[in-house]
Amino acid sequence: MTTDQESLGKERIGVYVCHCGSNIAGTVDVEDVSRWAGENLKNQGVVVSRDYKFMCSSLGQELIQKDIQELGLTRVVVAACSPHLHEQTFRNAASQGGLNPYLCELVSIREQVSWVHTDKVAATAKSKAVIAGGVERVIHHEPLEPLHVPIHPASLVVGGGIAGIQTALELADAGFTVYMVEREPSIGGHMSQFDKTFPTLDCSACILTPKMVSVGTHKNIKLFTWSEVVRVDGYVGNFTVTIRKKARHIDESLCTGCGICQEKCPKKVIDTIYEAGLGYRKAVYTPFPQAVPKYPVIDEVNCTYFIKGTCKACEKFCPTNAIDFNQQDELITVQVGNIILATGYDLFDARRVSQYGYGRLANVFTSLEFERLSNAAGPTNGNIVLRDGLTVPDSVGIIHCVGSRDRNFNNYCSVICCMQGLKFAHLVHERTGATVYNFYIDMRTAYKAYDEFYQRVLEEGTLFVRGKVAEVTDAARLPGEEGKLIIQVEDTLASKQRRIPVDMVILSSGLQPRADAKEVAHLFGISCSADGWFIERHPKLDPVATMTEGVFIAGCVQGPKDIPTSVAQGAAAAARVLGRIQQGEIALEPVRATVDESKCSGCRICNNLCPFNAIIFHEDRMVTEINPALCQGCGTCVAACPAGAISGTCFSNEQILAQIEGLLMLNLDTAAFV
Amino acid sequence: MSENQPFEPVIIGFTCNWCSYRAADLAGTARIKYPPNIRLVRLMCSGRLDPTFVMKALANGADGVLITGCHPGECHYLEQNYKALRRYYLLRRTLAQMGVEPGRIKLVWASAAEGVKLAEEITKMVEEVRSLGPLNWPRWEGENGHKAGMELKAEEVAV
Repeated sequence: MTTDQESLGKERIGVYVCHCGSNIAGTVDVEDVSRWAGENLKNQGVVVSRDYKFMCSSLGQELIQKDIQELGLTRVVVAACSPHLHEQTFRNAASQGGLNPYLCELVSIREQVSWVHTDKVAATAKSKAVIAGGVERVIHHEPLEPLHVPIHPASLVVGGGIAGIQTALELADAGFTVYMVEREPSIGGHMSQFDKTFPTLDCSACILTPKMVSVGTHKNIKLFTWSEVVRVDGYVGNFTVTIRKKARHIDESLCTGCGICQEKCPKKVIDTIYEAGLGYRKAVYTPFPQAVPKYPVIDEVNCTYFIKGTCKACEKFCPTNAIDFNQQDELITVQVGNIILATGYDLFDARRVSQYGYGRLANVFTSLEFERLSNAAGPTNGNIVLRDGLTVPDSVGIIHCVGSRDRNFNNYCSVICCMQGLKFAHLVHERTGATVYNFYIDMRTAYKAYDEFYQRVLEEGTLFVRGKVAEVTDAARLPGEEGKLIIQVEDTLASKQRRIPVDMVILSSGLQPRADAKEVAHLFGISCSADGWFIERHPKLDPVATMTEGVFIAGCVQGPKDIPTSVAQGAAAAARVLGRIQQGEIALEPVRATVDESKCSGCRICNNLCPFNAIIFHEDRMVTEINPALCQGCGTCVAACPAGAISGTCFSNEQILAQIEGLLMLNLDTAAFV
Repeated sequence: MSENQPFEPVIIGFTCNWCSYRAADLAGTARIKYPPNIRLVRLMCSGRLDPTFVMKALANGADGVLITGCHPGECHYLEQNYKALRRYYLLRRTLAQMGVEPGRIKLVWASAAEGVKLAEEITKMVEEVRSLGPLNWPRWEGENGHKAGMELKAEEVAV
């Protein structure tokens, strides 16, 4: 530790270097860095420099507070982890010590130094440079107050699957308005397609439909199905969301949901969405009998009237005259304070793994097809049969990890497929008595009661073969293979190649992000991971928030997960939003641009740079002004102003130029002054 | 820099708070290694990058400057990275006329998920600048001996 009461500069700066256990101290000579800062940055105003095992601990924070009070520090620089992790912590510490929180600067020597470099000498030198940059920068910090933004009490939930349903119900039950937008004619999501849910084998519809009904009838929930969000304006607390309500061609005020139109419609259409291509629906339809809302939709692409201009059978038979062929898409605008995205997943397209023969070999099924096949309300009334609709299989092979844990497709584990494969094995066994093989890479049965279910399926006599299936083929080579599907696999436990003939193959396909995940992310201003899942604010500590204030995520949109976790996330997102609503307002970083009118020449170069329309030009005075309520703080106008009339708080020219100067104070190879 | 040591370039990297700074955080969390020759400055957006910052970095001894931002179409502020792109092309041309090789100024798009990509780009750039050698822009000694002041004194301008 070094102190110097007689500093030369105006500011009195304290430097605090964190060991982070061995996370930083393992690669950076923290004591040396601290000593160096205390001795060599005196000219910049450093009066004290300390190192400590864990700066973020209460003892570490107290150290800073004590120095602020006893040494009269006017600025604080903490060299530790990323500001995205602990900036708030140290700002609070500074504030507790009596300093304006924005006079504290956190520089990263963990994520940007100790974790990414191996050479201790170079890492130590770089840490010094980074601290010098922070010290030079902090001199130019100004005391600031956070911006307080009121929170509109209504929320928008996008996606009506189980995660979205949970979020909407939690918020609505707490007494706040929820707008739920669902793209399909009914809410329910993927869960409504399942027959049983693992590991308890609850009937999926029995536990889901009461919740769907609650959403449909809740006085605080305004449901928009067959609708999509087309535009999002504004920012946290005050979003203006434009929803396109697609024409249903059904007058909802008249329709009673009696279903006569569906009965009378002469046009049968293969249902590729709800029935996964295994069953039919009509051109006027509700996806399933328990659909919420009960109103059907006329599918313009397939409806005979829309194709040929005649038919109108539904209109003729509708007892309440609810059919309206002239209905147009409607644009509806709603005001909300927060947005929760629960848009779910797409099933991995098993056609991409061509060696498994899906789409080419009739009796290869995807997991979603099997869900429909085994569903009592499905196209076969729950009878597990081959593609001919009659034959009950004698033997079934279930292939795990289709499209997952595969460098040719998706590297990640889709989490649910092992348990899904076990559930299928159980259902096949129970309903057909067929011999069932599970082909797995590793069995992953984490979470409560999952492994017990695995044990149960093992005891039922399901056979497990450890190995990644090479091929599914109908080319028989050996006796007993004729007319069968042959699964070619290396049994890695028996160390031999096996050919196993079966009647039916089920591909336990993985989950992948929605095909339009990128566009949706862009619409709401959030980012996707390399795989396409939406990125949470912190992978462990903030799983439902995003980097964009006021936009939350829940369920599979964040990554593959099972139903209990989706429900938990839905509730968690609702809790976060409720906290905001309860507070009534939110404090935001005061990163904003302002114009010094005395310097503004009225050149208008900045005028068309702002995508938020925050820049206003006053013709009468020939000066530009920035509306702080609209400014988002990107700083593009600051960089563009040729007169230097625009300045941005937190990232001013002076701060950044000074930081550059500090960063370059040291030359890396000599670790000495330039 | 002493004669017998190999040349170690110093590169200043400008990062966007929403994507590339997070990519740098991610590289750290994933313990992906890259050379220590880069020092990062956080901006709210690549659109905040005033060309002066680049000049300042070069004038103060940096051998190269890496500018990073969100991929086109993914800007947190909708479209400001396009403005960064425009400035980048102008800046490279201007600097080329001043004798600064285009390889010393680089623009890289890196999303918050691309820690590996950012680390690779940094590694690549360090090698490129190393092969170009030191920039050796003339510097003015500041008052306190170790700062390279940008400002010319009034009488120097007059001459």
